[in-house]
Order: sequence, then C-alpha cells, then structure tokens
Amino acid sequence: MGALPIIDHPDASREFVTNKARSHWHDEALWFVRSKRDKQAHSVPEWEYLREQASEVKTHTIANLDRYLVEFEKNATAMGATVHWASDAADHNRIVHQILKDHGTLRIVKSKSMLTEECGLNHYLEDNGIEVVDTDLGERIVQLRHETPSHIVLPAIHIKKEEVGETFHTHLGTDKGASDPQYLTEAARGHLRGKFLSGEIGITGVNFGIADTGGIVVCTNEGNADLGVSLPRVHIACMGIEKLLPRHQDLAIFTRLLARSATGQPITSYTSHFHGPRDANSELHIVLVDNGRSKLRESETFRHALHCIRCGACMNTCPVYRRSGGHSYRTTVPGPIGSVLSPARDSKAHKSLPYACSLCGSCTDVCPVKIPLHHQLLAWRKELVGQDRMPKSKTVPMKAASYLFQHPKLFALAGKAGRTALRWLPHFATHNRLNKWTIARELPLPPKESFRDWYRKNRG
Amino acid sequence: MSVALFVPCYVDQFYPDVAIATLELLERLGVDVVFPQGQTCCGQPMANTGCTEDARPVAKRNVAMFADYDAVVCPSGSCTSMVRNHYDQFFDSGDTAFQHVKSRTFELCEYLYDVLEVRKLDVRFPHRVSLHQSCHGLRELRLGPSSEVMTPRVDKMRSLLDMVADLEWSLPTRVDECCGFGGTFAVDEAELSASMGRDRIADHLSTGSEVIVSADMSCLMHMQGLIRREKNPTQVMHIAQVLVGRPIKELAKTE
Repeated sequence: MGALPIIDHPDASREFVTNKARSHWHDEALWFVRSKRDKQAHSVPEWEYLREQASEVKTHTIANLDRYLVEFEKNATAMGATVHWASDAADHNRIVHQILKDHGTLRIVKSKSMLTEECGLNHYLEDNGIEVVDTDLGERIVQLRHETPSHIVLPAIHIKKEEVGETFHTHLGTDKGASDPQYLTEAARGHLRGKFLSGEIGITGVNFGIADTGGIVVCTNEGNADLGVSLPRVHIACMGIEKLLPRHQDLAIFTRLLARSATGQPITSYTSHFHGPRDANSELHIVLVDNGRSKLRESETFRHALHCIRCGACMNTCPVYRRSGGHSYRTTVPGPIGSVLSPARDSKAHKSLPYACSLCGSCTDVCPVKIPLHHQLLAWRKELVGQDRMPKSKTVPMKAASYLFQHPKLFALAGKAGRTALRWLPHFATHNRLNKWTIARELPLPPKESFRDWYRKNRG
Repeated sequence: MSVALFVPCYVDQFYPDVAIATLELLERLGVDVVFPQGQTCCGQPMANTGCTEDARPVAKRNVAMFADYDAVVCPSGSCTSMVRNHYDQFFDSGDTAFQHVKSRTFELCEYLYDVLEVRKLDVRFPHRVSLHQSCHGLRELRLGPSSEVMTPRVDKMRSLLDMVADLEWSLPTRVDECCGFGGTFAVDEAELSASMGRDRIADHLSTGSEVIVSADMSCLMHMQGLIRREKNPTQVMHIAQVLVGRPIKELAKTE
C-alpha cells in the first residue's frame, strides 16, 4: 500500500468523539468486552505467570527468529506444504496472485487476516479481476459497506445493528428495517454458504506457526476458516514472520491467553491445526511475510512490539480508542499497538498517533505478552521530536517552559503575573478558542499567593 | 532525618493549600520537613511531549536540589514517577546523587503508609467520598491494585482514608479508569480529553459522592475545570487536604 496522507488523530477523530451518543455507545460496547476479559483473567490463578512465560517465549523467539524460520520451513515442507517468502506487501500480493493464476482461480473465500489487510490484498486481487469474499461476519459487513475493519478482532464494532440491517437489506435483500441479530446472522450465513461452495481457493491468516512441527494454527469463533479451507482443494495461509513459536508445547500458553484477552472467552470456538495439505489432491501454501518486521526487530526500543499476538485487548482497554473509534487511527492496526507499529512503518504519516494517548498505562498492564506499550508510545514521542517531525507549535512552548523552570525567580514571577492576569482579565479574554484548555474546561481559580510565597511568610 | 517537600509546579502556583496541607500533615506526624526554595518542576511536561533535551537540564536541576536530603516527599504520583521511572535517561547509572534521589523520592501516600507506617489518624471527614486513582500513581508506582493486573496489592490510598473517621465510600464503577488529563494530551486532543473527563465525573457522581478525592491534583484540576464549566455542584479535594482535616465547605476559599 502507498503512503497514507498525514492525518492528525485529533482531526480524524473529531466527528466520532463529538458525536456523544455514538462515542458513548462505542465506549460501553468495548468496556463490556474488557470487563469480560477481567473476569476470565481472574479465573486463572497463574495469569501473571502465564503473561511472563509468554513474554519470555516471544523474546527468545524474536532473538532467534532466523533459526526458527528455517526450522519451520524445513518441517512444513517435509509435511508437504509449500513455503513462500515475501519481503514486503507487494511481494506477498504477487505470490498469492500467482498461486491463483496457476489454478485459474477467479473466486476466493478468505477468513480474517489482518496481514492481508495490511498488504491490501483484497484491492489487489479485485483489481486483477478476482472475486474476494471475506467470510468472517464482521469482515463481510465492512466489506459490503466498502469500509475497512475498525478493530483487529471485532472488525465491525463501530457499526450498530440497525446499520447492519440497512447494509444487508441493500446487498442481501433482507427485510427493510430489520435489526434482530439472529435474523441478520442467519441471512449472512445463508449468503456465505453459497460463497463457500463456489470458492475455489481458501485464504486464511495464521495465529501461530510452530517451528518444531511446521504446523500452523488458526483461531476463529465462527468456524469460517475451517469451512473456507475444507471445501476448496487449495489453502493459502498468510503469516507474518513474528507469528512463530519454537515448540508445540509453547502453544498452550498462548491459546490460554489469546481468547481470554481478546473477547473474554476461555478459548476460541475453533482452534484449528494444519499440518501440511489434507490429502494428496490438496495443496497448502504458507506465505511468510516480512513487510517491515525485520526492520522493527533491529530496534532495541521497539522490538518488543513484535511480541503482539493481535488479541486487541489494548484497544478494548484504551480510553482513547474507545471514544475515538478505530478508523480515527487511519491504520490497519489501530489503538495502542497500532500507534507503536505504524510510525515504525512511516514516522511522517503517523506522527500524531503516539500523542493519541493519555499515558494511562492500562494497555501495558492488560497486554498478555507484556509489551510495554505506553513506554513505547512515550519513546516514539522522543524519537519524533528527535527526527524533527513535530511542529514548532508543540516544541517551542516546551523550550520556553524549560527555560522558565531553570530560572526559579523568573518562574515565580511568571506564575504571579499569570495568576494576576487570570484574576483581573475578563472571562472572555482567558476563555476563548485560542486557549484549547478552555474549549470545555474552566481554568483553575487563581490564588493570591503561591505556596512558595506562603512558605516564605509562614515558615521562612 | 532531613525531609524535603517536593511541590509540583502547578500546585505551587494554583493549589497552594494542597502543599500547605501536605506540610501540615507531615509536621503533625513529627516529620521535620523543609521546602527548598529553588525548586520549580520535575520536567515531566517536556519529557512527555518527547522534548527530552528540554527536560534534561530541568531534571538535573531537580536532582541537585534534593540530593542532600534523606527523603523527598511529593504530593503527586505523576511527578514522583517521573523521578523514579523516567529520569534514568538523563543520568549515568553510577551517578550517586541521582541514585540517592531516585530511591528516596516518595509519593505522599507511600511515604505515610510505607515509611512512616501510619496506621491511625486523628481526623474526621463526614462525607461521601469517591476515590480517583491516578494512572501514574496506580500503574507506575503501584499505590494500589489495578483492575488489569491480577497481582494482589495493598491499596495505600484507601487504607489511609479508611483511618479517617466518618468517611463514607461511594466508589465509581470503573475503579481505575483514566480521567483523560494526560498532560499536554489535554490540549493536544482537547475534545477527547474532555469527553474522558466528563465520563469519569459522571461515574464518580453516579454513586452519590459529595467529593472526588485523589492523590494527584492534575487529574483533579482537569475534572474541576469540567465540573465548573458544567456548573456541577460536586467538589474535588487532594488526599492531603482530607487527611489533615480540611472541611469540605471551605475548599473554595483556600484554593
């Protein structure tokens, strides 16, 4: 995908945030998921131990990624899978397209994969005359609406059921005004069943690749991945190179953490393991994609972001994400982890994202693989200022403040002047559009004397 | 033992009574505490904006200011965390003055609970109180258990407030959600910040509290700004003011 235009998060989020009813509804919906996660996490006495284990396994794997990737390729190939290597998104799309061309395929069914989203696969294939059907319900809804997913686990969380009803009425011919989830789901089910039957190749993402077996694991709640790859003869699995785990026995740690963190379920409804093609007439292609991951691995500070298992817990807990919606990030992966990953890809286009954060630290504590997310967002701010990416309107006041704080007498004087002005100036002079603090808030009532003045008089 | 009071810059200028209450509280508990006059700010606004080089000289000044004291007490979790968790980038690890200040700077509640081991207080506050945990106090200093992490922890703020006679709890449903202040975030993302604040206040008020109490005045300054704008009748108070026995009604006068 080409570079996105630079869009500041405050601008991109304004419409969503200022629509109070919608913003609240979105906040409540995600908080509900976060609360379910808390209950599930509480039910596992060794929760913190699991997080620690997961983090250690990931640190080890990322440090030895080259070795494990080679081992994975060897074992996957031994079981009859074909392993492809893609250095970037374009490479990935070309490889997938070539496999489709080799089979003369014009129709594919695809289960959820944020990696193909990241690579812009749908558009690429559609531009090449191939019909792409997303089979995850949420993904299908956003696909019909010509939107992108707003969340990596709950792609249509920003859409109300009444709006789904309208979309389905237009595209699937459901009754006008219908909003009953059961009715709409049944309609989607019937519609997708036809697509499954006519799909010639099934594409899935990969949740985990296992180096010592060469197997891959796909987790879904709808069973759509299984259906999508069981009916056609060819399965293409697209996998980011960071999805690897060294041993089959490491998997248990992650399957215990993944669904609990993501949706507050004890486990995903379907955790499917694929070890090579299912029979002699079938094919399994695994496309291993780098697309910036090796570059991220080289960074001492941000390497931990490769631990991410894409559970979305950081989004559900993020008070900024909950109120501004996933689309406000203008990235494939939104929320705290997206705000770490996206500037690594293009620090100019995504420079506002590390600032779309109050540094509350909830994401860091909720992360099942212990990515120090809010520390990384803070590190990005430092990096962006160092790269001279931030506007003067942001950095010049900080220089002035720094000067003031290095001169205590001047600081005391400026404080006094400020407080006096606040006391005497009319309200409109201090509370206007130029002072962004006061768009929604009053300034503090200025006291006559500062603490330092009081101290000098009373304890000096 | 010499103890220095470390007063956040905005508290010094806008909330002097929070610092006075902290000083009086410590004096009442027999601590010999002084306020070094040359102090200004910990450097957090610059550091959190990413302006590390502008924060550096301020951090250096701050450490030099407090290096000679046995302990430094600060009525703010955020500023304490700045020194303890974010100053390392400005100093050599072998810098003894820095290591001393880093290990001897305490947030007020942890100083009272962990160092002075206060277990009873002779004070009364006959009001319904809603506790606002600041994110930095909670998730960077671990002043209490946070809802995300399953590790059991003592809630130092609640334990201290439980020593206050006649205080009644009315806690928010989201026990430790961010208020949306976030330093320069409050201005950078003003709409979002205000929306988070309004939700937070609504949660605090939904249980019938008369006053929102926190150990970080910055969260309270932001919420107070929204409360005043919307002419909400509730109050905010810093925990030091409650623990020293300030009456709720006189709050407006002493601000």
